[in-house]
Amino acid sequence: MKTRICISIIIIFASVNLFFAQEVDRTKPPKLPEARALKIPEIQKFLLSNGLKVVLIEKHEVPLVQINLSINVGSVNDQADKVGLANLTLDMMDEGASGKSSLELADAIDFLGARISTGAGMHSSSISLSTPLSKFDEALKIMSDIVLRPDFPQKELDRKKKDRLTSLLQMYDQPTAIASAAFNGILFGKEHPYGRMTNEYIIKSFSSDDLKNFYKKYFVANNATIIAVGDVKANDLKKKLEAVFGKWKKGEIKAEKIKEASQVANRVVYLIDKPAAAQSVISIGRIGTERLTADFNSLIVMNTILGGSFTSRLNNNLREIHGYTYGANSRFIFRPIPGSFIASSSVQTEVTDKALFEFFNELNAIREPIPEDELARGKNLVALSYPGSFQTVAEIAGQLDEMIQYNLPENYFSTFMDKILSVKNNDVNAVAKKYIVPEQMIVVVVGDRTKVEEGIKKLNLGEIKNLSIEDVLGKTPNLDK
Amino acid sequence: MKKSIVMLFLFCAIVNAQNQLKIPYVRHVLPNGLNVLLHEDHSTPTVSVNIWFHVGSGYEKPGRTGFAHLFEHLMFMGSGHVAVGEFDKLLEAAGGQNNGSTTEDRTNYYEDIPSNALELALYLDSDRMGYLVDAMNAQKVDAQRDVVKNERRQSYENRPYGLSEETILKNLYPSTHPYSWPVIGSMADLSAASYEDVVEFFKTYYVPNNASLSIAGDINPKETLKLVEKWFGNIPSGKSIPLQNPAKVKLYEEKIIVLEDRVQLPRLYLAWITPPRFAPGDAEMDVLASILTGGKNSRLYQKLVYELQIAQDVRAFQSSGKLSSQFELIATARAGHDLEEIKKVIQSEIDKIKNETPTQRELQRIVNQNEAAFLNQLERPGGFGGKANILNEYFYYTGNPDYANEDLARYKALSVNDIQTAAQTYLPDNGRVVLSIVPKGKTALAVQPKTEGK
Repeated sequence: MKTRICISIIIIFASVNLFFAQEVDRTKPPKLPEARALKIPEIQKFLLSNGLKVVLIEKHEVPLVQINLSINVGSVNDQADKVGLANLTLDMMDEGASGKSSLELADAIDFLGARISTGAGMHSSSISLSTPLSKFDEALKIMSDIVLRPDFPQKELDRKKKDRLTSLLQMYDQPTAIASAAFNGILFGKEHPYGRMTNEYIIKSFSSDDLKNFYKKYFVANNATIIAVGDVKANDLKKKLEAVFGKWKKGEIKAEKIKEASQVANRVVYLIDKPAAAQSVISIGRIGTERLTADFNSLIVMNTILGGSFTSRLNNNLREIHGYTYGANSRFIFRPIPGSFIASSSVQTEVTDKALFEFFNELNAIREPIPEDELARGKNLVALSYPGSFQTVAEIAGQLDEMIQYNLPENYFSTFMDKILSVKNNDVNAVAKKYIVPEQMIVVVVGDRTKVEEGIKKLNLGEIKNLSIEDVLGKTPNLDK
Repeated sequence: MKKSIVMLFLFCAIVNAQNQLKIPYVRHVLPNGLNVLLHEDHSTPTVSVNIWFHVGSGYEKPGRTGFAHLFEHLMFMGSGHVAVGEFDKLLEAAGGQNNGSTTEDRTNYYEDIPSNALELALYLDSDRMGYLVDAMNAQKVDAQRDVVKNERRQSYENRPYGLSEETILKNLYPSTHPYSWPVIGSMADLSAASYEDVVEFFKTYYVPNNASLSIAGDINPKETLKLVEKWFGNIPSGKSIPLQNPAKVKLYEEKIIVLEDRVQLPRLYLAWITPPRFAPGDAEMDVLASILTGGKNSRLYQKLVYELQIAQDVRAFQSSGKLSSQFELIATARAGHDLEEIKKVIQSEIDKIKNETPTQRELQRIVNQNEAAFLNQLERPGGFGGKANILNEYFYYTGNPDYANEDLARYKALSVNDIQTAAQTYLPDNGRVVLSIVPKGKTALAVQPKTEGK
């Protein structure tokens, strides 16, 4: 073992007569050769005997395997009186399965050095396995128990409910969590799946039957896809997956339609009082657009320039020029129906009004034509950094997950860079004007009202509504026994 | 029967892992003292350029806490031939991402770039190593001072329980010890930092003989070496680096401290001084942290969170440094429970492990998890956790960039008795900091100072 290591190391000590004595020309950056193309390995697709879809990218550099089982169900499917059910159901899947207890499952998987995680998203949920190849068979068996035979034990549910109630209580401490709940609740409305949140009473109401019914309704083979990436061969993988998932039953799945939220009509400032806060958490935004919009590529480039990179206008203005913050950014949350556009930062309390002023300067300025060098930089950053998101099996699985969820064409990865590089200045200007409308935005500020309200008033951004943290999160749960 | 299956299985895993757990590299030392480490990985057309300067907050002088980190920020503000803002602009225009970070011991910087942009990264990194102060001025220092103060506000002051680390370090170490203040520093010291300090710090510590440059990814090592020589070869060596000379530290009392914060729930912190990184005892304490709080079957998680359900969370870690380490245990009480109650359970689990060895399976679980975690690291050349950074990290702390096997061997060599001995040796009841952070006005929830005299 030791000798092998020694052979693999070559230490060269430089001799003094190397040629670098001459000066190099530092007056301009070196000219770069052409970028090398990213070769995406073939995407392989097959079905198990029950029709379960499998998508695979083989990757053989490191002996690891990533298996994501993606299910078309998420928190948008929660009934209004059961908000949080998808989340809790996924969270409970590894708390007892196939007769094995929560602790037994955890012990088995931890001992392998593998990881299984379960989680619900807004529109889709997943159970994912990361494992060394040498432990794949055993780990896959445990994963299949969790996916196909969860027990939802009452004892573990009671424990999880306590955990959730306490997490809810802890949100009252966290200014960024308060800002996020306020922003989504106001923008989408507290009834909309993107705007609502669970509460003390709903959490207390969850029963084991709620979880079992939810599971039964959505966890069927024709509502799922298996995404596999790693050091496996298609034939071998198919056999292994068939053995554990091949008998999983199909079921009836009805598409559930979600109403789009209506756009912000007038600018309103919501000031949420957090006494003695050292910073104000600012979130500004409006309804954005859906993932499959024809404007997607132009929007990505536009947002990179506005607030999606270190040199972006928002970060440069609020952090580098003014020193108001450690960072400022903006992003579009893309979903099957329009999600949000949000620009945000945590700024020093004393400069809250000045920071808001600069935010709106930039939100207005992005609607003007963009200088060519800035546009080129934005496009290059998005396009040329793309290969960096295909390094790990987990990243590649994530890319495939998006491809499956939105039914993107199979050449999507290989054409992405060219598409971004061919975005035109006019396109970027058009989407900025269409989606960045500063007069129709909500402004959420979580901070020390006594110190920031006067300054904000003077900006005349619009009506100011004062809210308490309890207005946002509901009455503080009383969990003392 | 069950046992033999497990053992056979483990044997296979180790053999397999041994073929993989290394990052083959070439090392080269320039005449100016710069260490260069090169590793090829052609999986994607990307390269990571990673530089470690062997200086961190532990080298700061009194009255200038936070300076090493403030200096890290100044490294992005342009240099002799690179105007302000151009460092990031040029890299982004080439499709690159970059960042830097500071700890007690070192400061690191990386650029993750498409492989064709390698020379750009070398040009930029060499320019700031060679010519940073040529373009430095008081305005740049002021600008980043404001940013760093906001970093402190965001990550410490405006964050619930945010002042815990600062309080623990201050009480664990004497004020003369370089680990007694946090990397972020105090607001007053950040205000005091001057342009002259920047020049002095640069000339003392930001010299090629105090740095190592690691490049991993889609490279040709020979050509890469030529480019490194071209851009870094002319940078003059500095003087030898002033040695840190801290006295050996030991805490001989149980310090009980209470802080009030705007939080809903009380949180308990227990902290001890433990052996330095890679010293005997370091791996033991790391394993002990996992035995106590790593996963559902860990002892404290199972007791406090799973069984009694009186805590929302519990975690422990060995935070390993070059001069010394800290072992910390942190638990948040659920509503209706106080920190005396939490401490009692923690104490009884610590006593238990001092009195009887952990099980072989507990130890083996952690070794298996470490091996798997290392495989995961091998996938990524760049970022803070990628292979370029790992080479630099092992090189700095051990002198051997490819120390992975030796690192894992430390864990494999441990016996359950070693863990028990470490708990007995390094977790004394009368040599630790006990910090309670409680909701405003609710000091009754804290661990109470002992009423009897010393």
